[in-house]
Amino acid sequence: MTVKQTSRLSQAVQRIKPSGIRRFFDLASTMEDVISLGVGEPDFVTPWNVREASIASMERGYTAYTANAGLPELREEIARYMEGRFHVSYDPMEEILVTVGASEALDLAIRSIVDPGEEVIVVEPTFVSYAPIVSLAGGVCKTIGTKKENAFKLTPEELENAITSRTKAVMLCFPNNPTGAVMTKEELRQIADVIERHDLLVISDEIYAELTYEEEHYAFSRLEGMKERTIVISGFSKAFAMTGWRLGYVCGPEDIVSAMLKIHQYAMMCAPSQAQHGALEALKNGREDLERMVASYRQRRNYIVKSFTDIGLSCHMPGGAFYAFPSVEEFNSDAHEFAEQLLLEEKVAVVPGDVFGAGGEGHIRCSYATSLESLKLAIERIEQFTSSRK
Amino acid sequence: MDAKKLEVLRILEENARTDIETIAKMTDQSEEEVKAQIVSLENEKILLNYTAVIDWSKVSDQEGVTAMIDVKVTPQRGVGFDEVAERIYRFPEVRALYLMSGAYDLSVVIEGKTMAEIARFVSEKLSTLDPVISTTTHFQLKTYKHDGVVFEKGEGDQRIVFSP
Repeated sequence: MTVKQTSRLSQAVQRIKPSGIRRFFDLASTMEDVISLGVGEPDFVTPWNVREASIASMERGYTAYTANAGLPELREEIARYMEGRFHVSYDPMEEILVTVGASEALDLAIRSIVDPGEEVIVVEPTFVSYAPIVSLAGGVCKTIGTKKENAFKLTPEELENAITSRTKAVMLCFPNNPTGAVMTKEELRQIADVIERHDLLVISDEIYAELTYEEEHYAFSRLEGMKERTIVISGFSKAFAMTGWRLGYVCGPEDIVSAMLKIHQYAMMCAPSQAQHGALEALKNGREDLERMVASYRQRRNYIVKSFTDIGLSCHMPGGAFYAFPSVEEFNSDAHEFAEQLLLEEKVAVVPGDVFGAGGEGHIRCSYATSLESLKLAIERIEQFTSSRK
Repeated sequence: MDAKKLEVLRILEENARTDIETIAKMTDQSEEEVKAQIVSLENEKILLNYTAVIDWSKVSDQEGVTAMIDVKVTPQRGVGFDEVAERIYRFPEVRALYLMSGAYDLSVVIEGKTMAEIARFVSEKLSTLDPVISTTTHFQLKTYKHDGVVFEKGEGDQRIVFSP
């Protein structure tokens, strides 16, 4: 019997576009001596005390399932951390859920609140998974492209214009991947007023909250009236250099978190126990390492942005995350072409900005989470590349 | 200390060869400011030297011997341990000298070509000093980590080239 190939895959999955950086990944992996500024993760290895705590948990036999929502002591520690660091209090037993990375948390959040046909506003450029997740849940993704002249911050007018009667929620990511944009309390307040007026929910991806270089991060849920309508998503990957551990968490209103838990317990059961034990140590004793890493990112941010400016690349100073997002518009090529030629000619890997959605066109994302020596070499090569194109 | 100056120190501690231009960019200062800070740190005897960490065991004919010697001494009226310490650290073969709390007083790190050379130093130079009561010599067998630098295998960059 023959199988009709077209009907094997769901329409939902067929609607999703393949990842825009896959092609670059394949291209770069065939080349040698590539300097990569394309990596969206810290260049630090997880601090040893965290690794050691995880190893010790296995030695002591903690290899079983944990509570679906995560180890109670980890949820308590997350609550203490959110209170102490960002001044928002959450009930560890009702309002916090430990997930397999922030990625799972994003998926659970959308699946818990979106019905087919409902609209979700995605503020772009942003992390690549938002739009596919909305689409998989049957939702309709409405994008807003933030602008360079606004330093890639969302304005209340832009938000207002994107809202329709079908809008359910807004997805925000500040500090932002890929632009490094941050928003102040006052700027967030203006956004919150629009949210309140239209009675919307907010999914606030605050995974880069610890990596800010000018001002401390202001949590969206800390704004008056926002806690009850905001799902805060965060995790250990960026702050504690734990990307491969796949551990994130959600803090949000009790009804939404328990809905998310419902999906999580069927789809995932629980986050890996050894990762949870590591995370516990990171929260209890990780502050010093975190500050050391932030100081190092800040220095490298200063270095790369000044160097880009020196070689004539127009680049705003990112307030957070670990990405510089220079414009390449003046080189008469779109970002994809620029990135591809740069990779082929000078062996420097960067990510074209349009991969991250509207507003990213004409820009490239350069991760400065790499060694200073590599940054230096990359800048020399980029200068070589751009000077031949002016 | 001024936060920027402290930052310059930390950068140099990590890599003493970091050039002024790079430090200036990293710390968001002008090159002149960084130069002035370094001069002032040198004048204050805070920034003392710019040395390299070398794995001599990999250099043929240069494999030396390092020993740590625990020394008990009688402190002297008026000068405490300082005078005997000075008499010890003036020997060029002494690489480091620390006053310690605990079971002994001075910890001497000494480098020599052979064990015999170090044994001769201990018996002829160190033990014969009047305030020295006793010595215990420990030879280093292998260096795993020195001045924050791991000597054998590093952890390397295990990351994939692109990730979102």
